[in-house]
Amino acid sequence: MTRHVVVVTAGLTVPSSTRLLADQLAEALTAQVSARGEAVELQHVELREIAGELATFMTTGGIPTPRLTTLREQVAAADGMIAVTPVFNASFSGLFKMFFDALDPDGLTGTPVLIAATAGTARHSLVLDHAMRPLFAYLRAVVVPTGVFAATEDFGSHGLADRITRAASELAAAVLSQGDYSVGGFGPDLAARPRRTSGTQVESDVTPFGDLLRGHTGND
Amino acid sequence: MQFGIFSVGDVTEDPTTGKAPSEAERIDSMTRLALKAEEVGLDVFATGEHHNPPFVVSSPTTHLGYIAAKTEKLLLSTSTTLITTNDPVKIAEDYAFLQHLSGGRVDLMMGRGNTGPVYPWFGKDIRDGIKLAVENYHLLRKLWREPVVNWQGQFRTPLQGYTSTPAPLDGTPPFVWHGSIRSTEIAEQAAYYGDGFFHNHIFWNKEHTEAMVRLYRRRFEHYGHGAADQAYVGLGGQVFMAGSEAEAKRVFRPYFDNAPVYGHGPSLEDFTEMTPLTVGTPEQVIERTLGFADYVGDYQRQLFLVDHAGLPTSLVLEQVEMLGTEVVPVLRKEFERRRPAHVPSDPPTHASMVAAGPDAPFHLVEPALERVKEMQAAAAKVDA
Repeated sequence: MTRHVVVVTAGLTVPSSTRLLADQLAEALTAQVSARGEAVELQHVELREIAGELATFMTTGGIPTPRLTTLREQVAAADGMIAVTPVFNASFSGLFKMFFDALDPDGLTGTPVLIAATAGTARHSLVLDHAMRPLFAYLRAVVVPTGVFAATEDFGSHGLADRITRAASELAAAVLSQGDYSVGGFGPDLAARPRRTSGTQVESDVTPFGDLLRGHTGND
Repeated sequence: MQFGIFSVGDVTEDPTTGKAPSEAERIDSMTRLALKAEEVGLDVFATGEHHNPPFVVSSPTTHLGYIAAKTEKLLLSTSTTLITTNDPVKIAEDYAFLQHLSGGRVDLMMGRGNTGPVYPWFGKDIRDGIKLAVENYHLLRKLWREPVVNWQGQFRTPLQGYTSTPAPLDGTPPFVWHGSIRSTEIAEQAAYYGDGFFHNHIFWNKEHTEAMVRLYRRRFEHYGHGAADQAYVGLGGQVFMAGSEAEAKRVFRPYFDNAPVYGHGPSLEDFTEMTPLTVGTPEQVIERTLGFADYVGDYQRQLFLVDHAGLPTSLVLEQVEMLGTEVVPVLRKEFERRRPAHVPSDPPTHASMVAAGPDAPFHLVEPALERVKEMQAAAAKVDA
């Protein structure tokens, strides 16, 4: 079974060091998944390309534009995510945050996420744990232990490659264990499966009105 | 089929002059709009309800009562009546009174309201929005249908031996629509009672509107009120017209670009593509509007938004004139041409409901109750 992983990058220039780091992470993930005898398909999302659509979504109270709708559905269906942002003013970029603000709050529930960031100097490295990790904790995603931070100078050092490999290995293990809710030889506990939704569709399994009215008829 | 206009009642600066109307001017402008609607042969005027600036429309029945006195045929409606934060007892009284004043020219559209602080200002919690809509509307139906109400719910003081006065005109409550953009529970509520479902439509893509209406139609049939294509559907629309498309865009663009809801966001062209907004000639409006029935099915009510974003009264009155004289006559003919014989053209009106007599299912608080019991019994039999 091919796993699907979305790679979100918020770099603004072409080429960007954010995309460079994302590509290295994606390549390492593919290698780690392949090494376990499985396959992974990557879906790259350059947020710059949908910056206008995100602004439209925000300024209209959420009118779904076609490309954004597709992306929200891909995220909600993905087995994992790599999220990479440049550091702007001590945090993730506004464009990066806008994308996650446009997702359904249950779009990433229980989903393994690898967080990574780029900046000019190593002095910004706490952005991983002080900004990105809380964001994904709020979204109830499962952030793998190793986050990858790359300052400009790291692109000329050995340590970055090691961290990329370690993080990719952790993400590969988490992605491949997706959907396995059985415990010690018992059947899978389907009720424990995280509920995810893209928020883009009108749900067809509506709650019967009798259930909605229960306790509210004024006679019971 | 009914055609009309609906207003949100915003006081907005005209971006081309930098001047905003006073509240008095805005209220007067809405009144003139309603009178113009009757004059040019439109069927419905619906007012919004808001309890915060920049809106003036806090007291719909006062306004509709005044308009009722100055009109003869116009159906007076709301877009929407806040079923969550208003006391259902007061809604029952106010709108029954309006029925008496207007000779039954009243229906209502229930909505939950989307302004967070309005809930606490009226002693409610927005997180209870759906439950409030469910409980309050059920009580409203009782107040209009049971001579003496004994009631105890979750959200308001219990009622013991309460009679709502005046009783609905001719013992026949107003027809009710339920408006919701994306809450499936509200489509389900409309279907359960056999009421109408209205989709605002104007801020959404057609696929979304289509899915909401389809859900309502399917559940309307499920609850035994008729076939899915006979359910009562209403839609919003937003237009600005001139002799040529270029002229319409030139005049409307500054208002669009600065509009409170979507201004400073998408371009006029993008918004036209994403939503039902049509800025062009009357012929373009006719073509686009006729297309609505291709995705929601043959429907019963079309309301247009024309008076917002600071548009001056004179321009808005011209728009209503064009709707009445050039657009709606063609729409009436073309919508009827495509409508199958078994699909109603109009939603229920006071006259049609009186004619249906006091034993019509509409007079029950829960018309679908027997049907639901039968379905439950049949399901139990299968299980056994």
